[in-house]
Amino acid sequence: MPALLRIGRTLRRTLLQAIPTVLGIVILNFFLLQLAPGDAADVMAGEAGSATAESMAALRSRFGLDNPVLVQLGHYLNNLAHFSLGFSPRYGMPVADLIAQRLPGTLTLMAFALTIAILLGVILGSLMASFAGRIPDRLLSIFSLLFYSIPSFWIGLMLIVFFSVKLGWLPSGGAGTIGSRLTGLPAILDKARYMVLPATSLALFYVAIYARLTRASMLEVKNQDFVRTAYAKGLTPFGVTARHILRNALIPITTMAGMHIGGMLGGAVVVETVYSWPGLGRLAFEAVMGRDFTVLLGILLLSSLLVIIANAAVDIIHAWLDPRIGAR
Amino acid sequence: MAPLLQVDNLTIRFPRAEPVRDLSFEISQGETLAIVGESGSGKSLTALALMQLLPRAARIANGSISFGGRDLTKLGAREMRHLRGREIAMIFQEPMTSLNPVMTIGRQIAEVLQVHEKLSSRAARERAIELLRLVRIPAPEKRVDDYPHQLSGGMRQRVMIAIAVACKPKLLIADEPTTALDVTIQAQVLDLLDTLRRELQMAVVLITHDLGVVAQWADKVVVMYAGRKVEQALPDDLFNDPLHPYTRGLLAASPRLKHDFHYRDGALTEIPGSIVSAVGETGCPFRPRCNQARASCSHHVPQLTVPAEDRLVACPFTTSIKAVPHAAALSL
Ligand SMILES: Nc1ncnc2c1ncn2[C@@H]1O[C@H](COP(=O)(O)OP(=O)(O)OP(=O)(O)O)[C@@H](O)[C@H]1O
Ligand code: SF4
Ligand SMILES: [Mg+2]
Repeated sequence: MPALLRIGRTLRRTLLQAIPTVLGIVILNFFLLQLAPGDAADVMAGEAGSATAESMAALRSRFGLDNPVLVQLGHYLNNLAHFSLGFSPRYGMPVADLIAQRLPGTLTLMAFALTIAILLGVILGSLMASFAGRIPDRLLSIFSLLFYSIPSFWIGLMLIVFFSVKLGWLPSGGAGTIGSRLTGLPAILDKARYMVLPATSLALFYVAIYARLTRASMLEVKNQDFVRTAYAKGLTPFGVTARHILRNALIPITTMAGMHIGGMLGGAVVVETVYSWPGLGRLAFEAVMGRDFTVLLGILLLSSLLVIIANAAVDIIHAWLDPRIGAR
Repeated sequence: MAPLLQVDNLTIRFPRAEPVRDLSFEISQGETLAIVGESGSGKSLTALALMQLLPRAARIANGSISFGGRDLTKLGAREMRHLRGREIAMIFQEPMTSLNPVMTIGRQIAEVLQVHEKLSSRAARERAIELLRLVRIPAPEKRVDDYPHQLSGGMRQRVMIAIAVACKPKLLIADEPTTALDVTIQAQVLDLLDTLRRELQMAVVLITHDLGVVAQWADKVVVMYAGRKVEQALPDDLFNDPLHPYTRGLLAASPRLKHDFHYRDGALTEIPGSIVSAVGETGCPFRPRCNQARASCSHHVPQLTVPAEDRLVACPFTTSIKAVPHAAALSL
């Protein structure tokens, strides 16, 4: 069966499953957030320091916070049905605009981090597998265990201390040189400089995971009969690894990478806060502190969409990597 | 004419075992040599030694493998890669797992041509289609883009054969090429191998459990037991007059030497005991299971002797079958 057909079939199934999933997530999150003490009006009043009972009631009625929970849910779903994510009382702007401002920052950060994680992880894992049981493997295993167990905020702080404070090579936070009027390639390079440290702190944990996974997966594939066939053809060890072992070993890794997208969003909250990176993670953090539940719901909805899209992407990659999938 | 392949006193050693010991045999161009013996007798290890693809833990402790005048055991990794797939090719027992599941069969055949003949990918693909036709796969232009899971076991083994003969090797090693296949497919695949052997003038090492295969396709038979050659003969001589007690047991355990006989129909291990019992013994390795054994059999390993022209046997107490009373039981 041609690859395109296989991929199309996979995609259709994924989309059909997505709709009820997203709806369920929205409703569940809505009720969960109602359990948190206080609302946006409380926080805004607290920050202003001079709120009266009347002004708070006015705020609440303006944003519909005084309605019964089910009515609020109804409103929210009605908005969604009209492709609106609602209005943020705190930021005074539509949630969709707010998210649109922040989404690219987080997406680039995640894409960068995931690329680093997969590339480094697969390379290190392949090395570990080639030297299985010998010194390079042992050393790398220790490092991967370290990266696996150190929390990302601490790695972030240490990277700042080392590369920004001590060496002064890379900026310690922010998303670009303020006031610079760079365009084209220099602008991209400038952005990249700011992204290196946050992306690395986000990635290291996953580098460790992918390295271990690649190692295990390659060692397993290595013992399969078709690898012996490849050697019997007269291929070099590198040729056998690159053409036969790696592609088979990557199949389980793509599954894991898809599952990690959601986890990375969670990790982004921490890393974006450490590096004052203007992304969704920090917006989510601010929304929680401000009890700005429309914003939070919007972010959660978007995150679940992201995870679903990521899973669809994984399914597509799978269908492309593994010809047996379409046959099932 | 010097033989194409000459194996002399080959000993393969693992840290705790020597599964192949003092094994010698030779093959000339165009000849089919069958190696028979029950499971664990060291047939596959011998084949892998010829390819220099032994498992990492194993090493060749002694002996030489001379191929076209060169000793393969002394060849560097690079020179050996140059021979593999080009002059010496191998077909494995398991067609189900011996092909890469995520690569089209066309590319798997083309690969060996690209490595050794430096063909462009288009030319290699054309050759792959020709090779599929050569191994009698119908609609090769379509099949060339199939993945292994889309083919039956017999078809996959044909693909393996296509890969093996792609560069017209001088020596083809077939390690139980049909044991995993249905009885009907078995004969087709072996016929194909035999035709290709004749057309390409290859020497074939045919490893098998199946004495029926030996009777029909081999020019010469080596019987292995516990890593040693215990008998060697022309097929007719072997079937009419087996000399070694182990060979007699093998023949008696085979239900019938017809072409539709398959090893699953009658296990070769119906000789009492198992090959494991030979480990750590001194004297004749077959002694624990031998019905002719006597005290002196435990003193030393019997040497190969030449009881008749073109024959070798490793048992000093053997007599021609015609003199053995229970011969009637063997005349099937
Ligand atoms: N990697 C290994 N490590 C240790 N011993 C091994 C290894 N591979 C094979 N052996 C031993 O070598 C002996 C011969 O194995 P081999 O695979 O050559 O047998 P065979 O005659 O091909 O059997 P079969 O008919 O089952 O394929 C066996 O007893 C096996 O236990
Ligand atoms: S040497 Fe003795 S034990 Fe070995 S096969 Fe001959 S008779 Fe049997
Ligand atoms: Mg075997």
